[in-house]
Amino acid sequence: MTAVDQISFEVGEGEIFGFLGPNGAGKSTTVRMLTGTLRPDKGTALIMGHEIAKETLEVKEMIGVVPEVSNAYTEISAWKNLMLVGELYGLPRKERVARAESLLDEFGLYDRRDGLVRGFSKGMKQRLILCMALINDPPLLFLDEPSSGLDVESKRLIEGVIREKSGGGTTVFLTTHDIEEANQLCDRVAIINRGSMAAIDRPEALKRKISGLNYLDVSFDGATDPRALAKFCDAKEAMKMGDKIRLWADDVDEAIYCISAFASSEGLKIVSLNTLSPSLEDIFVELTKRRE
Amino acid sequence: MSMQKQLRRSVVIAKKDVWIYYSKGPVIVFGLLFPLFLLLAFTIGRNVTIDELFPGLMGMAVFFTSTAVGPAILPWEARSRTLERLVCLPVAVWAILFGDVFASFAFGLAISIVPLIVSVAMGVEVEHLLVLGVGMVLAAFCFATLSILLSAYPPTDVPATVMMLSSMVRFPLVFISGIFVPVEGLPDWARAVSSISPLTYFTDLARYSTTGESFYSIHIDLAVLALYATLFLLVSVRLHERYLPERLS
Repeated sequence: MTAVDQISFEVGEGEIFGFLGPNGAGKSTTVRMLTGTLRPDKGTALIMGHEIAKETLEVKEMIGVVPEVSNAYTEISAWKNLMLVGELYGLPRKERVARAESLLDEFGLYDRRDGLVRGFSKGMKQRLILCMALINDPPLLFLDEPSSGLDVESKRLIEGVIREKSGGGTTVFLTTHDIEEANQLCDRVAIINRGSMAAIDRPEALKRKISGLNYLDVSFDGATDPRALAKFCDAKEAMKMGDKIRLWADDVDEAIYCISAFASSEGLKIVSLNTLSPSLEDIFVELTKRRE
Repeated sequence: MSMQKQLRRSVVIAKKDVWIYYSKGPVIVFGLLFPLFLLLAFTIGRNVTIDELFPGLMGMAVFFTSTAVGPAILPWEARSRTLERLVCLPVAVWAILFGDVFASFAFGLAISIVPLIVSVAMGVEVEHLLVLGVGMVLAAFCFATLSILLSAYPPTDVPATVMMLSSMVRFPLVFISGIFVPVEGLPDWARAVSSISPLTYFTDLARYSTTGESFYSIHIDLAVLALYATLFLLVSVRLHERYLPERLS
């Protein structure tokens, strides 16, 4: 079984690069190859000029990683976890103490530094793992679904740190399920499906790539069958969305006139009408659907 | 990256293992309680002197304690999802394993000093203390490398499975290694089987340290232990590197 098949891309220095894909697409496998955890069967990957397969340890010294499924040691304290990782990065004691204090404070864990990680919430554990990935102040961060399943506060804190690090010149390689997160955070996004690259571009450019995904949300003052509206306007699709009807159309201008004509013919009043361009989620669904 | 750097990181790994794994239940049970009860079962109701018991006692002490910690470390790390975190760090797989070996070795050596002290306090005269000391160090290291080898396959994340499988290797080894019956007292076929066990050579050294007599020469005893230690370590590293992706999945 091929988990990742001939993918190729570049990430610029200081960029937040998003890697999107459904479950089993090959995101984590790609990250594991780029971080030296897995050896690829074919191909090369250069991380800051070093080939990961040949200079694995040298690359690992320069990167910070938050794996998709990983934990801190729950039997010891947050402080000891950070000291341990700092020592394994070869940081001198004075430096790792200073970095640990600063990171724990930044992530709101300083008061709990001596508590056993066993007693931490999921959000606190993930923040600690991010601290561990940042202890060596790496120029390149690999974050594999760092905010998956977290509370809003932890998620926002992590997103804030990602933006801050990127602003300071750190390159961030982020895999995520959260399309809105990718849309808000990433300079560029790659969409992977079934081990192959489906698209790679800036989020706004991706949204313009697929035609026919414009839609309008219309609300009438009476009950309306979406199928009747779709038939009247010869639209691709219409769907009931709460008290609104969503209509997909190639030509937005024509669709507006048609909706107005429909309302007149049915004796309805238009309560609200919004035109929307496709979201990144729409692009993602469209591209991954095409490949199946 | 220099070997010196990696060895320093191995020591950090060993320190972590001491913090986390020394007090785990299976380590206490398989490393301390089992051999103690085995010894009691062998001695209660039998007319055995402490001098006669000494080589077997030291053999079991070093063997069981040095192989108690090692088998469970990586399965535990895989189950608690700390292994992938560890593998992402700039520490080679061999350095991680060497750290685990060192932790097992330290546990084995430290605990084994207790029965030695107790035996001496009960009147055992250790005529060749240096031989025994060097033997204990080499044997603890050899058995620690064996313990890491025992965890290499299958690449499970269930510590109980590994402890069970390692017991299937360790207990038979105890019975064929001159612990309960000196090698010279075994029939020829049993002596041949006994010669493949590394524990046989340490038990022989322990016997020499109090009686001045051994079945094999001291040099052979020490050389075989060193050879086994090297072999176990090399094979462990190869197997663990090969099966690491499976263990992480």
